[in-house]
Amino acid sequence: MTAMIELDRLHKTFTLHNQGGVVIDVLSDVSLTVAPGECVALTGASGAGKSTLMRMIYGNYRAQSGAILIGGVDLVQAEPREIIRLRREVLGYVSQFLRVVPRVPTLDVVAEPLRAVGVGSDEARTRAKELLAQLNIPERLWSLSPTTFSGGEQQRVNIARGFAHPYPAMLLDEPTASLDAANREVVLSLIEDAKARGAAIIGIFHDEAARARVCDREIDVSRFTPARAA
Amino acid sequence: MTPLLSVQGLSKHYGAHIGCADVSFDLYPGEVMGIVGESGSGKSTLLNCMAGHLPPDAGAVVFDTRGHGPRDTVTMSEPERRMLSRTDWAFVHQHARDGLRMGVSAGGNVGERLMAVGARHYGDIRGKAVDWLDRVEIDAGRVDDRPTTFSGGMQQRLQIARNLVTGPRLVFMDEPTGGLDVSVQARLLDLLRGLVRDMGLSAIIVTHDLAVVRLLADRLMVMKDGHVVEAGLTDQVLDDPQHAYTQLLVSSVLQV
Repeated sequence: MTAMIELDRLHKTFTLHNQGGVVIDVLSDVSLTVAPGECVALTGASGAGKSTLMRMIYGNYRAQSGAILIGGVDLVQAEPREIIRLRREVLGYVSQFLRVVPRVPTLDVVAEPLRAVGVGSDEARTRAKELLAQLNIPERLWSLSPTTFSGGEQQRVNIARGFAHPYPAMLLDEPTASLDAANREVVLSLIEDAKARGAAIIGIFHDEAARARVCDREIDVSRFTPARAA
Repeated sequence: MTPLLSVQGLSKHYGAHIGCADVSFDLYPGEVMGIVGESGSGKSTLLNCMAGHLPPDAGAVVFDTRGHGPRDTVTMSEPERRMLSRTDWAFVHQHARDGLRMGVSAGGNVGERLMAVGARHYGDIRGKAVDWLDRVEIDAGRVDDRPTTFSGGMQQRLQIARNLVTGPRLVFMDEPTGGLDVSVQARLLDLLRGLVRDMGLSAIIVTHDLAVVRLLADRLMVMKDGHVVEAGLTDQVLDDPQHAYTQLLVSSVLQV
């Protein structure tokens, strides 16, 4: 089966122009593939570059060289509009933090990814309600903006939003962090459902039990971290 | 796909001083592009050259017209360009007063743009005006009031209604949330986002507010001293800026 996500000899440096032009080698020669229905965990100590790699795969950080192929599109070379289309239709990302327009009700925040791919307002809201109920967000909060919610509630709204549209490729940054046992279980079953429908998933999980349950493979990112001169 | 707008080598000088130099980009239907930079970076000059308010010294601004396909709006006749700016183009000024007729009622302000494209039936015009006031969250009871009696945020929303009533395909915005309270800004941003999505608009937004472009723009262009120093996907430019000036700009934002 062909890979849904394929990284080929990726290289990443940060150049800090305003701090003496320091060049930091972050990742080099990253190659990996993820097949549909597969979940791969990125591991490695803090600072190894897990989040940087994840952000590169989302097109949020720029690669110095190499290729990131998702559904046949190379994010390193793609025009902004191609990346936007990819993010809308193919590539989902559940970050650790919810970023929303103030004042927009939770229900619409969750329904928005579906509206963006052309799903009608009623159908999108119905799906959003299902997910919010599944993630135990009380119904009385649905009409409020999530900006004032607790950390755990925001995280669950973020997950609901991330799983609203059935993306063929998904990136999950600590999806079970700051969740209680019941909600953690819901998220793990959402991930299992996504795998069952054929989604290719890359995740960062500090929760080892969760990682063991949903991930098929682990990739230690520190092996891509260039040896630093002392 | 044909770009809706194709800007090619656009330059404008004020004597020896550079307004904007050799700016080129393509904007596709449904795309929102932000232009950021500090005061004097040339972003407003660029916007005004594109919108036909200022004659550029060199370059082309090719717009995909409904009737005749891609046409260079710099070399087209004044009446043609004026027609374009009343139909397919809209311009939202920073100061609503520059985009509104302050002596005319709110309904009249919206209706005037419809009449400019040939609407004549009073009932229809008024009906559409009321509908648009509602869409920008202005109470229908205020339709006969003059904008002088409106708050700054309401004036800005009225200006947006006046601009969008004719169903334009491209909207130019110059600091649309500048000078408004943060709470009013949030409301306006939410409104603009909804309108852009529902109407499939393309927009070019000039602002110095990075939070505004993060929320509204798909793409970002960073200007300094009349030149585009960096361009790309909005979150990529803001989160992983490559140019020294963009790095400075992004790291200078105060965290709330």
